[in-house]
Amino acid sequence: MSLVSVQNMSVGYGATRVLHDVTLAIEPGEIVTIVGPNGSGKTTLLRALIGAVNIGSGRIDRATGLRIGYVPQKLHIDPTLPMTVSRFLRLPGGATRAQIAAALDRAGVPDLSDRQMSGLSGGQMQRILLARALIGQPNLLLLDEATQGLDQPGSAAFYRQIEEVRAATGCAVVMISHELHVVMSASDRVICLNGHVCCEGTPEIVSAAPEYQALFGTGTGGALALYRHDHDHSHDATCGHDHAHDHSHDDPATKAAE
Amino acid sequence: MLDDFMTRAALAGIGVACAAAPLGSFVVWRRMAYFGDATAHAAILGVALSLALQISIFAGAVAVALAMALTVTLLTGRGYAMDTLLGVLAHSALAFGLVAVSFLSGIRIDLMAYLFGDILAVSRGDLAVIWVGAVLVVGLIGWRWSALLTSTLSPDLAHASGIDPRREQLILTLALAITVAVAIKVVGVLLIAAMLIIPAAAARPLSRTPEQMALIAAALGAVSAVAGLQSAYVLDTPAGPSIVCVAAIIFACTSALRGLRA
Repeated sequence: MSLVSVQNMSVGYGATRVLHDVTLAIEPGEIVTIVGPNGSGKTTLLRALIGAVNIGSGRIDRATGLRIGYVPQKLHIDPTLPMTVSRFLRLPGGATRAQIAAALDRAGVPDLSDRQMSGLSGGQMQRILLARALIGQPNLLLLDEATQGLDQPGSAAFYRQIEEVRAATGCAVVMISHELHVVMSASDRVICLNGHVCCEGTPEIVSAAPEYQALFGTGTGGALALYRHDHDHSHDATCGHDHAHDHSHDDPATKAAE
Repeated sequence: MLDDFMTRAALAGIGVACAAAPLGSFVVWRRMAYFGDATAHAAILGVALSLALQISIFAGAVAVALAMALTVTLLTGRGYAMDTLLGVLAHSALAFGLVAVSFLSGIRIDLMAYLFGDILAVSRGDLAVIWVGAVLVVGLIGWRWSALLTSTLSPDLAHASGIDPRREQLILTLALAITVAVAIKVVGVLLIAAMLIIPAAAARPLSRTPEQMALIAAALGAVSAVAGLQSAYVLDTPAGPSIVCVAAIIFACTSALRGLRA
């Protein structure tokens, strides 16, 4: 049974229609990436999934026992609110000291537990947000451009962690990203959104779809091809392509998916 | 022990400080200072209505403060900025309240007592109302503490955890109305916001977690109440404003402390 299924959903703010006739389902354990231009309703779709926006029509069915871990684009913490990292990780459900230590270890920031949230760097904040989302042992992880503000190695490490988490816990992952070449290659399925679902399928299918190329051009398809090429190489030692070429595109992002 | 008016006054002040501390912390974190002020100002209309209808001042003040807070919550985001809306509603309610009081010709009312409080005239009955109200507010906020904190940090994080931030907002609104109503006797409608905000703001530099901030705010509020009463007695100054003055001095000290550390 699907974790979440959305049927013919429409969402609008006032007179503006943001999403219309959206139908999709998220299955257990899959990594789904939502791509789309600015203003295409990606964030609204994610917020609809967590129940934060009122939907105009259609319906959203959530499986019983659904536990959502949500990583927002960014979190601004008012400086008047004193909040240590470990206190933040205990919100709202509560967690033991051991769980917090394990979560911080997993996030690669074991020494931050006594730091104030308002003093964290952008990269540390994203890792803490992910650690908090994982503490509740979610079976559906939602990421809204979670690597915004991270440098390339940082975001590569972030995506690597997402894949590790999926492998370890079997949770489904739905993420929004602008880093098309990374997320396309890391996903089982890509949904291309522009007010409605333009096209969806495996990364290969979507990147070849005319709807996708109309929105993003063919350049990103090239990036995907580069990744696949690199990936093939690691499994096929007999291939005779130019290694120098490979290194010139030594993009840490592609390594993230390995 | 309760026969002494100074003891009753001190207990009343401590009761209000205890209710105001956790609520005031949220008012500071959520930047609702003006919202608290507006709710308090509206309470004078509640006082006028209770006197006219001969019902308890506490009930009238809670009802009008709650109506005011709910109206603001409902109207926010419908074409007016929050501060404009609060300015219109708060001062209208205050003005209507003052006008309404003037119609009550049959009753002699000491309006000053409601505007600035009359803590030295707190009766045993008032004391009971204040402490029941304070326990109610602390209980309400304590019960929803984690959910309120999560909603304050981010409404979306709250939704994702199955918390409805609008419901938590309503709970804060209800707590605010009760606090305003119990604090009228102690500091009056014009200075209630001070009891909410100043101890919480003074506690901020001394705290590392939200819980610490609420507890320290309660302690600082209680110290302000007792020290304010003492100084009012010694210097023969009005009690309510003296309490707020002490709180302000404490705020200045803790802020300076932070300045020294930084």
